[in-house]
Amino acid sequence: MAFFGIFALIPLVGVVYFSMVKWNGMGTPQWVGFDNWSASLTDKTTLNAIKLSLIVMVVTWGVQTPISLLLGVFMAGRQRYRAVLSVLYFLPLLFSSAAIGIIFKSMVDPNFGLFSHIPVRWLQQSYLSPTLALPTVMFVITWAFVPFHSLLYQAGVRQIPQTMYEAAMIDGASPWKQFWSITIPQLKYTIVTSSTLQLVGALTYFDLFYVMTQGGPGDATRILPLHMYITGFKSFDYGRSAVISVILAVVGLTLSLTLNKLSGTGKMESQQEGI
Amino acid sequence: MLTKKRAVLAALAATAMALTMGACSSGDKKDDAASSDTTAAAGTDEGGTGTAAASVWYLSGQPKEGIWANSFAEWTTEHPEAPINAEMYANDQYKEKIRTAIGAGTAPTLVFSWGAFGPVAEYVEANQIISLDGKVDEAMSRVLPSVGDAGKIDGVQYAVPNGDAQPVMLFYNKDLFEQAGVEAPIETWDELLASFDKFKAIGVAPFALAGGSKWPDLMWLEYLADRVGGPEAFNAVIAGEAGAWSNPDMITALTYIQDLVAADGFQADFTSTLADANADVALVYSGKAAMLLQGSWVYGSFKADAPDFVSSGKLGSFPFPTVEGGKGDKGNIAGNPSNFWSINSDATPEEQATALAWLNEKNLNEEMVDALIAGGAIPPVADAQAKLEASDDAAFLMEAYTLLLEAPHFQASWDQVIPSDDAQELLTNLDKIFLGQITPEEFASNMDKTL
Repeated sequence: MAFFGIFALIPLVGVVYFSMVKWNGMGTPQWVGFDNWSASLTDKTTLNAIKLSLIVMVVTWGVQTPISLLLGVFMAGRQRYRAVLSVLYFLPLLFSSAAIGIIFKSMVDPNFGLFSHIPVRWLQQSYLSPTLALPTVMFVITWAFVPFHSLLYQAGVRQIPQTMYEAAMIDGASPWKQFWSITIPQLKYTIVTSSTLQLVGALTYFDLFYVMTQGGPGDATRILPLHMYITGFKSFDYGRSAVISVILAVVGLTLSLTLNKLSGTGKMESQQEGI
Repeated sequence: MLTKKRAVLAALAATAMALTMGACSSGDKKDDAASSDTTAAAGTDEGGTGTAAASVWYLSGQPKEGIWANSFAEWTTEHPEAPINAEMYANDQYKEKIRTAIGAGTAPTLVFSWGAFGPVAEYVEANQIISLDGKVDEAMSRVLPSVGDAGKIDGVQYAVPNGDAQPVMLFYNKDLFEQAGVEAPIETWDELLASFDKFKAIGVAPFALAGGSKWPDLMWLEYLADRVGGPEAFNAVIAGEAGAWSNPDMITALTYIQDLVAADGFQADFTSTLADANADVALVYSGKAAMLLQGSWVYGSFKADAPDFVSSGKLGSFPFPTVEGGKGDKGNIAGNPSNFWSINSDATPEEQATALAWLNEKNLNEEMVDALIAGGAIPPVADAQAKLEASDDAAFLMEAYTLLLEAPHFQASWDQVIPSDDAQELLTNLDKIFLGQITPEEFASNMDKTL
């Protein structure tokens, strides 16, 4: 609890305080009340950053969840070569985000990149142009994070008692039916956990964006955390930067609380027979 | 009840992550201040006789990176009782780090900057650097007075030039000019635009531009605003005159930039090319782009990255073209008069003494000037002519040195002259001008708000 106070509550209060001052990193902060707030919430760049963050959150969640669920179920199975394939799927998890960013950036570089040397028309796109930059980074995010969530699902599937499938088989349920009626309901909590991590995690995406686009071109990929960073450490407007951190914190908190409520974690009922 | 509490805690903990970035500026401050206090105390103990270890952060990029590293190492060997601990940073990281460090009292003794304006003026206002009047006479006696003046605020010397003068020039690939049938130098804006079709006919981009780094965009506006409206256009911005950005000359300069983009003047996807890895330089020597508008320091990058290209005489340079009916003198230049060293007021007197001794003894001394010239850089010292003429890069160096000596006006980089937050606003809006996302009028009205 003391730990929690020092590392979560005190910074939280500090950030709220900073959001009400004008400070450029030197000298004494000046109290300005809600000026930073009204300025930030009417600022086009900030509103655009909020919009982009929401897009990133929804799209990456929508894409990653089905892929990692299916991969997880597959990896938990007993097919041949499964172990080898699982190791391959797992690889992106071993790389640091910065390294992934640098590698992808050099692959899609329009002048010296790998794709620009492959004579296949549709591969030669302006991946980092204002229209494609955001989808490109979201693709990289998916590539980088699917393995982790697959792992969660794999573990979840392994927990489901084999007896349930045996019973279903005796009743003549098809594999498809088994998937929908046993696997998915049994994975309920895994889905909630994985979704919480993805949605709240989407609020903290920073490294891949920073390395690959620095928020550009223009502000095409300037998501909230990056906007916070640029405002704080390039423009040295710590007050406005703190406003963005408070927004991030509040949205993140609300999200995880809501998800917790929705999933009924509080009730902690068992889903397994006889346990 | 207990589980509910736990759920709340879990949610809080998950979101605490989101906070750490914003909060670290305040959190770090205490720790760092405490640790710097202890080092400072240790320094005083040791330095009872008047010397202590000084520290410095310098920027990466050859040839200066090596020159500084050697100079500090040499000093440390000669003065083991008062060493200088040097650390190297990349340009963008340095700009972010130094500000926070100065605010937190953890900055090095020698503070690197781009001249006595913008951030340095803010440091002076916050009493974070000391006046160097009368303390660096020996060091100042070596430099060109016009460059040394860029280190003064209200007549007080706060910064000492520490490296090459860096006028921004047009570099070009002579092979590509020959293939395309374009004559160098290009002297007017109309000729420049007319050359584009010839370059496109041989399949190369007329210009390379590291638009992803944003600051190279600014060089275009600095020059065009000068050629169209003369130095007055930007001086009005510095003076904070209302509506200075909507000056018709400024609008015209911005329109020229959009013409350039519309005419496909830059390489594909120039908005994602970064300058830190010298990708813009690579485009020129690898024959993908014909010209590059960049600071004179890229001559050193060309030499380091493509020595054969430079030694076989394929790299040329000329000053920025004139604009028809423009008010700016064709001799005016933009760029960095030099880079500068200032001295941190948080450093102990002993640390400051070490740094001052280094400045007077080693900064831009004969050895350093020779090394700069050997690296293809222009030393901002008074009597360099003979040495420049004798160097391997005489053609380029003499051209740049003459440009420097004869320039009626040397405009320092805008993003260093105006306050940091306005500079970010400027770079973001200018990026959007290059992307065609806003019109010159929208740019002007956005920027007028910062005045």
